[in-house]
Amino acid sequence: MADIVKIATRDSYGKALVEMGAVNDKLIVLDADLAAATKTAGFKKAYPDRFFDTGIAESNMMCVAAGLSTMGYTVFASTFAMFAAGRAFEQVRNTIGYPHLNVKIGATHAGISVGEDGASHQCCEDIALMRTIPGMTIINPADDVEARQAVYAAAAMEGPVYMRFGRLAVPVIFDDSYKFEIGKGVQLVDGKDVTIIATGLMVAQALQAAELLKAEGISAAVVNMATIKPIDRDIIIRAAKETGCIVTAEEHNIIGGLGGAVAEVVSESVPVPVLRLGVEDTFGRSGPAAELLHVFGLDAAHIAEKAKAAVALKK
Amino acid sequence: MNAAEKKELQITACKVRMGIVESVFQAKSGHPGGSLSSADVMTYLYFKVMRVDAQNPDWEGRDRFVLSKGHVSPCLYSVLAQKGFFPVEELKTFRKVESRLQGHPSMHCTPGVDMSSGSLGQGISTAVGMALGAKLRKDGVRVYTLLGDGEIEEGQVWEAAMYAAAKKLDNLVAIVDNNNLQIDGTVEEVNSPYPIGEKFAAFGWNVIEIDAHDFEQIEAAFEKASTANGKPTVIVAKSVKGKGVSFMENQVSWHGSAPNAEQYAAAMAELNAALAELEG
Repeated sequence: MADIVKIATRDSYGKALVEMGAVNDKLIVLDADLAAATKTAGFKKAYPDRFFDTGIAESNMMCVAAGLSTMGYTVFASTFAMFAAGRAFEQVRNTIGYPHLNVKIGATHAGISVGEDGASHQCCEDIALMRTIPGMTIINPADDVEARQAVYAAAAMEGPVYMRFGRLAVPVIFDDSYKFEIGKGVQLVDGKDVTIIATGLMVAQALQAAELLKAEGISAAVVNMATIKPIDRDIIIRAAKETGCIVTAEEHNIIGGLGGAVAEVVSESVPVPVLRLGVEDTFGRSGPAAELLHVFGLDAAHIAEKAKAAVALKK
Repeated sequence: MNAAEKKELQITACKVRMGIVESVFQAKSGHPGGSLSSADVMTYLYFKVMRVDAQNPDWEGRDRFVLSKGHVSPCLYSVLAQKGFFPVEELKTFRKVESRLQGHPSMHCTPGVDMSSGSLGQGISTAVGMALGAKLRKDGVRVYTLLGDGEIEEGQVWEAAMYAAAKKLDNLVAIVDNNNLQIDGTVEEVNSPYPIGEKFAAFGWNVIEIDAHDFEQIEAAFEKASTANGKPTVIVAKSVKGKGVSFMENQVSWHGSAPNAEQYAAAMAELNAALAELEG
């Protein structure tokens, strides 16, 4: 196998912002004292007059972003997922979501793969929180290629977007021919026994899981679901009909995230077994990110086991 | 301000108060106390200070207002109606299904409302964002926001205050309606925000303290606030909750309750008498 290139999606976010800043003078970036970590520092350096550091005050930052957006700007507000979706939830709900303002939330350091900082910073609840806000678009890109396209797509659409990025460098799985579209899942592998619907860094694991299953004679389809909301109902329903069972895989609490969204669609349309793989309603812990992903069962081997269990549940 | 101008403002403010009582009575809910206490300052702001166009509410060059204490929407709506953004008659639809006048301000529902608000502490931050945007656009837009004295117990207010001063937003004016009452009692009893002026001064703001019901003082405050000196300005407006309706004055029970038919009639009779005297 050729050398695998790994890039953290937070880097992709920072890079896309700098690129867009050159052609869009209405683009503003906010951060809350984490520019080096969220990778907005590049934008700060390139366009210092359009970068505002609000300091360690995320609630204020979200509302400042809302106010700026009413003055005709496209505003990217960046901090860790824990503080963007967690601390500032009510600000995002009432002052960005309710008036449906043109604020794009760049939430980095999502999930267990934050690593050594531990549970206080490992946000596994953000998708669930953001899903409940009417009109919020949620994108959890799988790799560098998709993440950069997602940032452009978020800027191009009107209204609030929550973008979820990771700290950990993850394999680049797409090439430049890949086309991301908001609201569209992408079938990466065809299969007939089970469909693995994955999001974020779990997509690379899902592709590996399909290989593992193939070796055991199980034909697994893989769908990349980067947009959690609005969820691509058509691709889910088709997967349920064609393979008769589904496994979801996400670096997020199994409650309220991708698994929840898929189960809602399936149970209302084509009831078939849906098994959810994710963080099992527990808090994280400190450790190297790569190790933690295994500890929490967020890897190809666990997806493959889940897939076999799903196949066994089929009537 | 000459006597005629003052009288005209008093007449408008009296009509604003009638609109407040009318809308809250018709809705059988709402917040009359804090609406009445801020009626004079809001009247002056919209009739003498802000550059707005009722015929073109979305005019990009307009000054902006954020009702950070969003529950006193009856006051904002009544001022906007007097200013001609929508018919005064529409105030009777307040808080009803299908109405453009939501319980708390909603920017996409009501002409003239620049920002949705209602969750305390957030409005001042959005005003800071607007003022920052106006500075960036260099178009001279000024931003105003009204806060409650109870509201400034919210920590976010001080995040916003710190940031506004750090960014030298001298195009931002915050008014604190200091009626001294919040739902659970006096502000001192509950969680004293005093001394309010000193706190804002310590955060790097210009501070002006006035009687909220004296138009000469209101005028002087806004004139002073228009002088750009690299700092945001706060006007701490000492007010009487329920001002203008005697039985509501300084009664915390009128924070968030509507008058019954008898009380409505008494309130309107009092305001009508005041209006008749002014128009005499």
